[in-house]
Amino acid sequence: MSWPAIRELAASVQSGKTTAQELVEQSLSAIEQAESYQAIIATTADRARKRAAEIDTQIARGASVGRLAGVPFIAKDNFLAFGAPTTAASNILKGFDAPYQSTAIERLEAEGAICVAKANLDAFAHGSSTENSDFFTTKNPHDISRVPGGSSGGSAAAIVLDLAPFALGTDTGGSIRQPASFCGVVGYKPTYGLVSRSGVIAMASSTDTIGPLARTVKDAALVLDVMAGTDPLDSTTIPKDKAGYEIDSPLDVRGKKVGVIREYMREGLDPAVKIQIEQAIEKLKTAGAEIIDISLPSLPYSLSIYYIVVPAEISSNLSRYDGQRFGYSDKNAQDLEESYVQSRTKGFGAEAKRRIMTGAYVLSSGYYDAYYNKAQTVRTKLINEFNDAFTKVDLLLGPATPSTAFKIGQNTHDPLQMYLADVMTVGASLVGIPALVIPAGTVEGLPVGLQLMAPQKADRMLLSFGTSAQQILKEKI
Amino acid sequence: MAHLSRDDVLQLANLAKLHLTEDEIATFQAELSEILGYVEKLDEVDVSGLKPTTQVAGLTNVTRADTVINYGLTQQELLKNVPATMGAQIKVRRVL
Repeated sequence: MSWPAIRELAASVQSGKTTAQELVEQSLSAIEQAESYQAIIATTADRARKRAAEIDTQIARGASVGRLAGVPFIAKDNFLAFGAPTTAASNILKGFDAPYQSTAIERLEAEGAICVAKANLDAFAHGSSTENSDFFTTKNPHDISRVPGGSSGGSAAAIVLDLAPFALGTDTGGSIRQPASFCGVVGYKPTYGLVSRSGVIAMASSTDTIGPLARTVKDAALVLDVMAGTDPLDSTTIPKDKAGYEIDSPLDVRGKKVGVIREYMREGLDPAVKIQIEQAIEKLKTAGAEIIDISLPSLPYSLSIYYIVVPAEISSNLSRYDGQRFGYSDKNAQDLEESYVQSRTKGFGAEAKRRIMTGAYVLSSGYYDAYYNKAQTVRTKLINEFNDAFTKVDLLLGPATPSTAFKIGQNTHDPLQMYLADVMTVGASLVGIPALVIPAGTVEGLPVGLQLMAPQKADRMLLSFGTSAQQILKEKI
Repeated sequence: MAHLSRDDVLQLANLAKLHLTEDEIATFQAELSEILGYVEKLDEVDVSGLKPTTQVAGLTNVTRADTVINYGLTQQELLKNVPATMGAQIKVRRVL
């Protein structure tokens, strides 16, 4: 059973038609029944029930609780939250009890939303399938022999399974968009800096973003509106759009220039997926959008840029896991050095180690210029090309992923093969622009996602267009 | 094509404060060589006249007032995940 639209749901709680406690029970019950899909690491049931009771009491007293009154949500387990450990799906953080919550969750709770559970992910968000979770792999609800995508695989699966009206994910190179595509739900990566990263476990600080997953673009936009805006705890945040992000009237697509990215539509893209994307483009064209062919010649280098810059930043961000102040600490270590080494060796999984070492290599003396500096300079070239493209079109369009969901175990033998799943999503991350994925069709029952991108800070326009596009494509979730 | 030697991998493990088994050294040697070989694609890109991008938020020197902000957290709460404490101090093993 599907949840109503978030705005309507909150209104029905505020008016007393339903209660926050009823919604929390509905969510927890759905989570329990869907246990075999392993989308959830832990629930925050006790705290959620307590908060729901408090909210219902406030409402009974006539207080206005907020725009998300009583709305349950699920947070990817790299968001610090109360009520359950925050693990980042890594053994090194098993049992970690967050002393404070991420700003994103604080803002959602201030508007009455209730976090009910923590979703599974690839450990530390390193991955494209949730197979790198130190705990278990989430199953794609459309086909349990396949992955839900990653790293926000648990969050995406939770939406398909109707566990809650929305979920939170993080997107560093595609980790909201790719699972949204594999699971056939809406996933949104905002402009870099629009949502505070305070209290979200860092992966790559120059591309990490926070965003919602939901069934509709409208719902995702409302959630973004609540979370977005400058935060004194995150000095890389930018101000909210004065008009906000709630979409009342979807954008009229007529006359809007949509650039189809040539480099995403050629070899490497599954032919059956290509057909679905082309059909979606046709529908948008029929609805009045002007379809233009756009080339971004540096895009074929984007994955290389990404897998230099991001491991470098990961190696820096994961240096804090040293067994001294939090996280797994080896009991038998004899001195400080051994404590560092044993805690990290026993606590980290293989992919974390792989990325830390790759990062150490590209940053090391003698290689820094050839790898890291070169990558960041090619990044500038890519940014310039995107900026140039946006002088010709309002939005950019392409597939979100080169294929539909792959089989569990299919890519785990070859890290590079796994990295190729991100080939269509890393571009927007490196450039810092917003990107939306909406369901566009299916291939043999497996969802295909359409990706739309807009210039930095054009989130409102992108979400507005996306609302129209979702109606035009009319894909059932 | 980047080829990492066994010593290269051991040096990286040392920088990363990780201990690798013999099997892991061999596996990572192959995997890291493959990854680094792939990213060498960037060698062919002409970047003359361009500067590196280090941040995409377009911000400079974000400051705040030099005032104390009370977040309502106690020292105890902040130290609750520390593996070993002595009072309000974090206990570590001997350095030398």
